Amino acid sequence: MKIGVLALQGAVAEHIKSLEQAGADEVVAVKWPADLEGLDGLVLPGGESTTIGKLMNKYELMEPVREMAKNGVPMFGTCAGLILLAERIHGQDWSHLGVFDVLVDRNSFGRQVDSFETDLDVKGLEGDEKYRAVFIRAPHIMEVGDKVDVLSTFHDRVVTARQGHILGASFHPELTDDVRLHKYFLSMVEEAKK
Amino acid sequence: MIETGTTRVKRGMAEMQKGGVIMDVINAEQAKIAEEAGAVAVMALERVPADIRSAGGVARMADPTIIEEVMNAVSIPVMAKARIGHFVEARVLEALGVDYLDESEVLTPADDKFHINKREFTVPFVCGCRDLGEALRRIAEGASMLRTKGEPGTGNIVEAVKHMRTVQAQIRKVTSMSEDEIIAEAKNIGAPVELLLQVRKDGKLPVVNFAAGGVATPADAALMMHLGADGVFVGSGIFKSENPEKFARAIVQATTHYNDFKLIGELSKNLGIAMKGIELSTLSQADRMAERGW
Repeated sequence: MKIGVLALQGAVAEHIKSLEQAGADEVVAVKWPADLEGLDGLVLPGGESTTIGKLMNKYELMEPVREMAKNGVPMFGTCAGLILLAERIHGQDWSHLGVFDVLVDRNSFGRQVDSFETDLDVKGLEGDEKYRAVFIRAPHIMEVGDKVDVLSTFHDRVVTARQGHILGASFHPELTDDVRLHKYFLSMVEEAKK
Repeated sequence: MIETGTTRVKRGMAEMQKGGVIMDVINAEQAKIAEEAGAVAVMALERVPADIRSAGGVARMADPTIIEEVMNAVSIPVMAKARIGHFVEARVLEALGVDYLDESEVLTPADDKFHINKREFTVPFVCGCRDLGEALRRIAEGASMLRTKGEPGTGNIVEAVKHMRTVQAQIRKVTSMSEDEIIAEAKNIGAPVELLLQVRKDGKLPVVNFAAGGVATPADAALMMHLGADGVFVGSGIFKSENPEKFARAIVQATTHYNDFKLIGELSKNLGIAMKGIELSTLSQADRMAERGW
């Protein structure tokens, strides 16, 4: 199982570490279109979505990643990665990859002084323990399409959701030692390979 | 229950900036140029360091009007500078809603002995360092992100290189030390023992460390990434160049693809004139900002 982490900017090393701990056989950093070859899944990390989006366009990654998503290759976006995946972004008439049937609101919990951590119930994770979630200038999902399954909410806001092979979270699972959400994503990759 | 201002939330914010470029701006127009070029954050200032140098006198926190103007202009994070030790300037900036504070030697220090107790703040801080001891003292005070000091406003990379190399060499040295040697080393470099033990165990600093103070070209930015920087601050280098849009875009891309020398060559073509720059030997001791901080 070979997983890529989009490595244009942001928390790349943390995702690679978490994926390895969760049991991925091989994890590679993706900087160029050629790096996408042979990937069974792709993680879009936290970072600045405007920066990553611009660099994806500049280095011709947007179209091939969109194609991969349309062809059923599992993708997991966290924070900025969720914004990159979303079909609709509140307050703007364009999106980045546009492969995840949700409407997201950027920086929806406020500025950095309002960033926080909290315990969440996330559907589908192993065990009953709560999941410690770190929200940093985080987005949230305002609306979900028919085929989207809500996995967790915080104060009535959707913060984790899945649509078939696409998984998105508002927070940063790469910043904690709990790799259950990464394991969940790897199980999606295994499912897709069957 | 939610917890704000935790170590993880504050350090995590800096993790999200990794591999990116943070640019100094003095108004909304410059902030938009920076965001459009792909900056991960902007530092809102009244003057860029090169102009602080030429203006002379006491440099203080920027007029809040400028900071608000920048905050309203862009959706990327906005940083601002407070004077070393000036915790009231820091509280004012925090109350304004600034995303990250820089307790900066670019401004005239307000306290000649103590830095701000940054642990007490919800907003995270970045601080400058020249060596590992200084880096760990700042972390002990609560800094969530570091940067080399370099020599701001000179467009001369030599000091930033020196500071980054010094920190990296000291980390390598510490990783091969025994515990008793660590305790002596902590005393020698003025670093808290527990933090030094952590560096020994992890082989790296516990927070993100950017390069700053003299970055003027795409190749400068890539050089600092090769030396171990997690990202780059560009102060005067963008808006003191002939073509800020082009310089900004080129520096962002050179930071992402710092290993691709052919690309950096392409990015460096026809950029126009970089900021003029200052040879360090012509700076008097009093004009050396890197010396500020204790």
